[in-house]
Amino acid sequence: MQQYSGFGLLKHSLSHHENWQRVWRNPTPKKKYDVIIVGGGGHGLATAYYLAKQFGVTNVAVIEKGYLGGGNTARNTTIVRSNYLWDESAHLYEHAMKLWEGLSQDLNYNVMFSQRGCLNLGHTLQDMRDIERRVNANRLNGIDGEVLDAKQVSEIVPILDCSDNARYPVMGASWQPRAGVARHDAVAWGFARGADMHGVDLIQQTEVTDFIIEDGTVTGVKTDRYGDIMADKVGCVVAGHSSVMAAKAGFELPLESHPLQALVSEPIKPILDTVVMSNHVHGYASQSDKGDLVIGAGIDSYVGYGQRGSYPTIEHTVQAIVEMFPIFSRVRMNRQWGGIVDTCPDACPIISKTPVKNLFFNCGWGTGGFKATPGSGNVFAASLAKGEMHEMAEPFSMFRFHNGALIDEHGAAGVAH
Amino acid sequence: MFYIYCPYCGEHREEEEFHNHGQAHIERPADPDSCTDEEWGNYMFFRKSPKGLHHEIWDHVAGCRKFFNVTRDTVTYEIKEVYKMGEQPKVVAE
Repeated sequence: MQQYSGFGLLKHSLSHHENWQRVWRNPTPKKKYDVIIVGGGGHGLATAYYLAKQFGVTNVAVIEKGYLGGGNTARNTTIVRSNYLWDESAHLYEHAMKLWEGLSQDLNYNVMFSQRGCLNLGHTLQDMRDIERRVNANRLNGIDGEVLDAKQVSEIVPILDCSDNARYPVMGASWQPRAGVARHDAVAWGFARGADMHGVDLIQQTEVTDFIIEDGTVTGVKTDRYGDIMADKVGCVVAGHSSVMAAKAGFELPLESHPLQALVSEPIKPILDTVVMSNHVHGYASQSDKGDLVIGAGIDSYVGYGQRGSYPTIEHTVQAIVEMFPIFSRVRMNRQWGGIVDTCPDACPIISKTPVKNLFFNCGWGTGGFKATPGSGNVFAASLAKGEMHEMAEPFSMFRFHNGALIDEHGAAGVAH
Repeated sequence: MFYIYCPYCGEHREEEEFHNHGQAHIERPADPDSCTDEEWGNYMFFRKSPKGLHHEIWDHVAGCRKFFNVTRDTVTYEIKEVYKMGEQPKVVAE
């Protein structure tokens, strides 16, 4: 596989860029693999990549119903941060952040990771207390963070309405300078290319219709296009459809799938050079390199698989943005879309063994999975390679909902995404 | 945008007047102290998330403020039926 470089770009320009190799193969699956990953989104592809590269398990297939990175990986608002409150989640997201910081070099693929910082605004006294607590917790976990007052916030984002006249005046914010955004599609493509380079078969447009389970142990999967494909271990990374897949394997997960919407505006000149999030007013925005404002907010309250959201939610989202940034009131929205997020009762993921032996699930990332993509893939790959959960994944067992060891990141993490 | 029929008001109203409260027909264990951790965990945290027919509770918060049940398809978002608390659904998944 060819390496990308500035020199390569120059060389290919001489042949009018017509001779680039295909980025990955399109293989016919083998009869049996060591590991099958169900779901070719960011997390699944990252899992395959680290399995092959770091843990030497190269006899791996990723089976994807649609096309690679076509689900939530392509539908999120691309924010990356690691300022979570509790030790378990802070370690996991910070692990991801450290991988993000070297990801473009590692993959030889520009994921356009831009550490432009992230503000989580506080609008009430309680917000500010929570922010102080979270920033202190972050620092104890070696994660960068600062508590800013309203004046410092307005210096970073002059267009933010920090006046006393706002409906919910900004009192301050937490600031994580290492946070930022990344190009979401490039992340999926980069991991796909890297996985393919190390021998992983990427099987697209093939739906896993069922698991083959003998005596409580998974031995393979049934597909609609290639029949049965056997595997020693199966990792299921299907986000919004996790409940559906778990039902096929004969157990339940504590997940509810909801539509989560995002929207982008028409491209405008550079105006917002950081990420601004507010739990209280409930909206968040950043500006892409192309110039469009990338905007998101809350999930639709009901269970849904429709990959489209409700109109009142869009309205609330846009209200929040205009409340924070009055200057955006005349900006027109260009596109809007919805993804299906699998939300967990404690707003933390499930990276876990299941009641079925050798079947592993990585799900429940809810509204904030994108930021964890490399870390999630890395610890899941380690777990699949060993057959035992990685120490960072251990606390995220699905059995925590029975033994009570929840990791309550609701609100505490500044959970808006 | 849902257009939801409130069985108490006897009228169709827009989605914004209502709140969704998730899965319907969850019964609190009669004797919580005798529950195993698994039974209690299932009651507390495990919810159905079907791709297809779903029975759920809605609350007419900006109207009569009463709870009622809705059977809805989670893919097409079509509302199949609306029925009062205490009643059983007529439209059920096979």
